[in-house]
Amino acid sequence: MIFGFSLTFLLTATLTVAGALAAAMLRNLVHCALSLTVTFGGLALLYLQLGAQFAGFSQILVYIGAVAILVVFAILLTRGAGIPEYRGFSTSWFFGLVIASAVFALLTWSVVRSLPASAATAAPSVTVQSIGASLMSTYVLPLEIVAVVLTVALIGAVIVAMPESRAPKSEAESSGAK
Amino acid sequence: MSLANQLDQIFVFLQHWIEGFFPQWLQPGVGALIAVIGIVATFPAIFAVTTVLERKGLGRIQNRLGPNRVGPLGILQPVADGIKSLTKEDIVPRSADGVVHFLAPVVLVVAIFLGYAVLPVGRNMVLMNMDAGLLFFFAIGASTELSIFMAGWSSRNKYSLLGALRAVAQMISYEVPLLLSSVVAVMMTGSLSTVKIVEAQGGFTGIFPHWYVFTPWGFAGFILFVIAALAETNRSPFDLPEGESELVAGYFTEYSGFKFALFFLGEYLGMLSIAGFAITLFLGGWGAPFSFLGFMPSWAWFFLKLFAAIFFFIWLRGTLPRLRQDQLMNFAWKFMLPMTLLNLLVAGAWRFLGDGWSRWVICSLVLLFAYVLLGRVLMRHQHLGPRSYRYAE
Repeated sequence: MIFGFSLTFLLTATLTVAGALAAAMLRNLVHCALSLTVTFGGLALLYLQLGAQFAGFSQILVYIGAVAILVVFAILLTRGAGIPEYRGFSTSWFFGLVIASAVFALLTWSVVRSLPASAATAAPSVTVQSIGASLMSTYVLPLEIVAVVLTVALIGAVIVAMPESRAPKSEAESSGAK
Repeated sequence: MSLANQLDQIFVFLQHWIEGFFPQWLQPGVGALIAVIGIVATFPAIFAVTTVLERKGLGRIQNRLGPNRVGPLGILQPVADGIKSLTKEDIVPRSADGVVHFLAPVVLVVAIFLGYAVLPVGRNMVLMNMDAGLLFFFAIGASTELSIFMAGWSSRNKYSLLGALRAVAQMISYEVPLLLSSVVAVMMTGSLSTVKIVEAQGGFTGIFPHWYVFTPWGFAGFILFVIAALAETNRSPFDLPEGESELVAGYFTEYSGFKFALFFLGEYLGMLSIAGFAITLFLGGWGAPFSFLGFMPSWAWFFLKLFAAIFFFIWLRGTLPRLRQDQLMNFAWKFMLPMTLLNLLVAGAWRFLGDGWSRWVICSLVLLFAYVLLGRVLMRHQHLGPRSYRYAE
């Protein structure tokens, strides 16, 4: 126990914050993406420490398994990932600082406001089964809406990636043959 | 306690016996450490045996001898390979990204070893019986993709990068059917815990076990899971990321010495763990295949099944040609994904059709019909014949 925090919490919190800082400060974009992954992993560890297995593993599955890969692919496909050519700090760093601290203050305020008057003594036991049960009963409508939104996004992505029409394709092929 | 029971629990007794030498407050930690040592010792040993079996087996299939110089019949070949990879020079390309280049194989092997934590290798023999065990395995498995990308990108080699992009694209595409095909076992068990999934397949009807693979949805799920697992572990016929005729060696082209050995180890350990999960989910885990064979220890059954799976993988590698990239992706999204989704529906129907023979007929017919229909529709526009290349003669 150091300052009322357990050693495990301090370690994971340091890891998470260090990853986030590195993601913001490193020059090479791929390094930034990889340090962001460290932050995702640290967040998952924090969830696991709170006894939220499902949230922790979902965090790893979704953020490290999918979002980090997406970020990395986006970097590689849009610009050359070889030479570090970006400045660490933008010229408008002052406004950025103001906005960031305002957002941080707002979040802190809302988190502090939402705390219950007396801290819960016993941690609620949430099993994966109970999460599934409530997703399928109480929260079935939000779940379905999210599913529809994701399906629309998927179809949209396919349409964006599809060739415009069938006819110009043969033209492109013939020009390629020249 | 009977002899068979004692033999069954021999490793558990051993663990408790060693724990007894330590004070009370150290015992959980020591117990976990012993289990970890067991995993870290056993599975790389199986990997060593697998390499020599694979080279021997492929040699047999290709009508040649295979390794036969080191030790009797060449069985000491893995020892020689290990010494060789330890003593070889570790070459890092000058323009490579040093830190990431070093971290990639480490992250890969660590992530794959973590997956073994929830694999039940025998009765009462699992490192962590987690409520969300299966989810843990898939979450950890998903993070190996990033280490492959790290390896390919940090090498600053076009072949490495192309191999890594191929590998990641393939793994992401086949992760979806892998997850969805395992969901049917979770649906029937009502739990994500691997131990509970094995226990739910425990009973016998006559002499036949209640394995999930002996039901229509379980059979379809098992086949789909094995195909996705082959692709996920970059095994033949899905070994495009290492297609040596196109990409030298794929994402680990620029690795040498022990880092290369780590990639090799990670690949085979990934194959073993995913085969272990196929066994856990569909083949009854450590359960005996017939009721009269229950006297054999549970861990022996698990490892026998694992070696059967390894044999099957080697056989496939010696038999099938490599797919092309577009075939690979078409297969994942146009065949595997619809079939796994349909299998989920069939599993739900199985649950609500009640006992009796009607659900066997209905579920089997639906799956068979979908398989034939999907195959016909997908093959209709396939032009089987010599391929014409746009940018090459």
